[in-house]
Amino acid sequence: MSSLEIKNLHVAIGDKEIVKGLSLTIRSGEIHAIMGPNGTGKSTLSKAIAGHPDYAITGGDVLVDGVSILEQEADERARAGVFLAFQYPSEIPGVSIANFLRAAQQARLGEGEELDATAYYKRLYSKMDLLKIDRKFTSRSVNEGFSGGEKKRCEILQMAMLEPKFALMDETDSGLDIDALRIVADGVNTMRGPNLGVLLITHYQRLLDYIVPDFVHVMWDGRIVKSGDKSLALELEAKGYDWVKKELVTA
Amino acid sequence: MKPPTEIETMSAADTAAENPVVGIDQTAGDFSYKVDYAFDAGTGLSEDTVRYISSVKKEASWLLEFRLNALKKFLAMPLPTHWATKDLENIDFSKIRYYLSQGQKPKRTWDEVPDDIKKTFERLGIPEQERKFLAGVEAQFDSEAAYSNIKDLVSKQGVIFVNSTEGLREHPELFKKFFGKVIPTGDNKFSALNSAVFSGGSFIYVPKGVKVAQPLQAYFRINAENFGQFERTLIIADEGSEVVYMEGCTAPKFSTSTLHSAVVELVALKGAKIQYITVQNWANNVFNLVTKRGVAHEDAEIKWIDCNIGSRLTMKYPGVVLKGERARGEVLSIALANDGQHQDTGAKMIHAANNTTSNIIAKSISVGQGRSTYRGVVHIPKHLKGCKNNTECDALLINSNSRTDTYPAITVRGDRNATQHEASVSKVNEEMIFYMQQRGLTEGQAMSLAVNGFINDLARQFPMEYSVELKRLIDLEMEGSVG
Repeated sequence: MSSLEIKNLHVAIGDKEIVKGLSLTIRSGEIHAIMGPNGTGKSTLSKAIAGHPDYAITGGDVLVDGVSILEQEADERARAGVFLAFQYPSEIPGVSIANFLRAAQQARLGEGEELDATAYYKRLYSKMDLLKIDRKFTSRSVNEGFSGGEKKRCEILQMAMLEPKFALMDETDSGLDIDALRIVADGVNTMRGPNLGVLLITHYQRLLDYIVPDFVHVMWDGRIVKSGDKSLALELEAKGYDWVKKELVTA
Repeated sequence: MKPPTEIETMSAADTAAENPVVGIDQTAGDFSYKVDYAFDAGTGLSEDTVRYISSVKKEASWLLEFRLNALKKFLAMPLPTHWATKDLENIDFSKIRYYLSQGQKPKRTWDEVPDDIKKTFERLGIPEQERKFLAGVEAQFDSEAAYSNIKDLVSKQGVIFVNSTEGLREHPELFKKFFGKVIPTGDNKFSALNSAVFSGGSFIYVPKGVKVAQPLQAYFRINAENFGQFERTLIIADEGSEVVYMEGCTAPKFSTSTLHSAVVELVALKGAKIQYITVQNWANNVFNLVTKRGVAHEDAEIKWIDCNIGSRLTMKYPGVVLKGERARGEVLSIALANDGQHQDTGAKMIHAANNTTSNIIAKSISVGQGRSTYRGVVHIPKHLKGCKNNTECDALLINSNSRTDTYPAITVRGDRNATQHEASVSKVNEEMIFYMQQRGLTEGQAMSLAVNGFINDLARQFPMEYSVELKRLIDLEMEGSVG
């Protein structure tokens, strides 16, 4: 059983504070959804946890299994088991998905250890079969010229191969048609289990029709202002974010 | 990302006195073995030096005359600093050792190769796959070939593959017919220098219709401080023949500058094909000033694949003179300039017959203070028709301090010829590096992968073992280049 603890986290971009004291604990096997209107700091939260150099953590802590990861470089955090599924994944011209994932696997081995190429490809193909991905897909350059759906498929495949302890999924559903949404949902549902904790960041409720969360949190102005189970998402969908706003004002 | 280094503020004199390498792990090349130099021309260049070299090599009188004439030209010609970098002025020609020999006859078998040299190959980390080729290697250890073995297969086909000294001695008529014809002595100051003091290099003749199945290989390294290496290579592919030649260079690290100035001439007769592949990784104090050119006759094809990594300054513009109808010329070039390095590379395509085609694809990578320059010449005169040229130059910058320049000179006259030119400059952006780091790669590994991706479409055209070696060299360079 692993845990990802976010304790009273403050994050700034430049002089501007975006996340203003957010606390949340995710355990293996749990799926948490964070919902909220645009500009409340949802994406900032996920990038800060992953160690993006533009995001300064000005207070609080993030711990994986009780150990703070804030002093670690982005790649150390990744190897510690934190995976970020990007809203806008970068293109890497000339580097095939297969080679990219191979390099990522190799980076997890100790010095002098060589990745067993045969075993690697065997594993890659079994994951692709599981996710119903065509074999030709991994010979393409990472995200180069990909459609929105292909980019998501690429992220999901990487997640399946790297087997993180925790996956932060940043607005994974934005701009996706229903077919692409299903790819993401099927992927996450396939991987869902006692060894994976998920933080789903989304603006819309519709993703949660496909990936049913254990917990739903509403984020507002850099904080979590309301938490509940999946029914909260439906309530939010019905009443809109203004409902939360009004509640906040009356509180 | 690495902060700017002090290089910028250093004067030219400072740079010359100190090794200009900053933040690069070159320990892999940081070794040198004691060598008993039986023949040594001392330092400095004069008529006596040239006479000494010629007498040690027991050369014919015409060759001594050729050398002395070249020396005169070299001394008379100015440095090309009106267009090239002023850094050339830091070469002290009086401190260079122009000839050095172990006094060994070229070896015939692997067993006869001295252990020291075997150890050097070992330290260079030549992959197993390449070692099997070593039986056919012409490797220059300092100025003489320490190991030279023509594989049975190759000699049975009538192919001559020897070092240039042996070639001159044993095949003087053939040698003389083409020697200095593609690149005249006075082509430039450094081709003149090479013509005066050359030793080592390969001489290859492939008879009519013979297709050499196995690439011929040579490894060069510089092993004495202040020692300039001046190999001379001449490859003649007779009508309808095919040959692939590969050279790999790596050199130990020294505290003072050292000069490498080679001349390579290729002759592809009617319908012949020559492919010349270079993957070099010179130490960061080496001036690498090389003249490479080929003449392609009717229906012939010459392809230069040129990878320049390392060195303090490389100036190299492989060229093809498209002399016969339907001749094809190609230059695929990759240059990586790290901190303190300047890669001034490019290509020359001289169209001299109808329906000739040329293709230039140049990719450069500049890291930190590294500087890349592309210089290209494409010449298609007015009276020709049906000539085509394609030129693509792509530059990748790995931090804002890098500098890259492109000087394409494309002269296409007349309306019956076609040319297209594309150039791009891109940066490895922070988002891409973060994305890769988020998958567990270190910053260095991420950079290295980005660079390998950038050159991937070119590297794929290399023989497998060379693309593996290139990748290894890039990994080494990139891992040392991040803070």
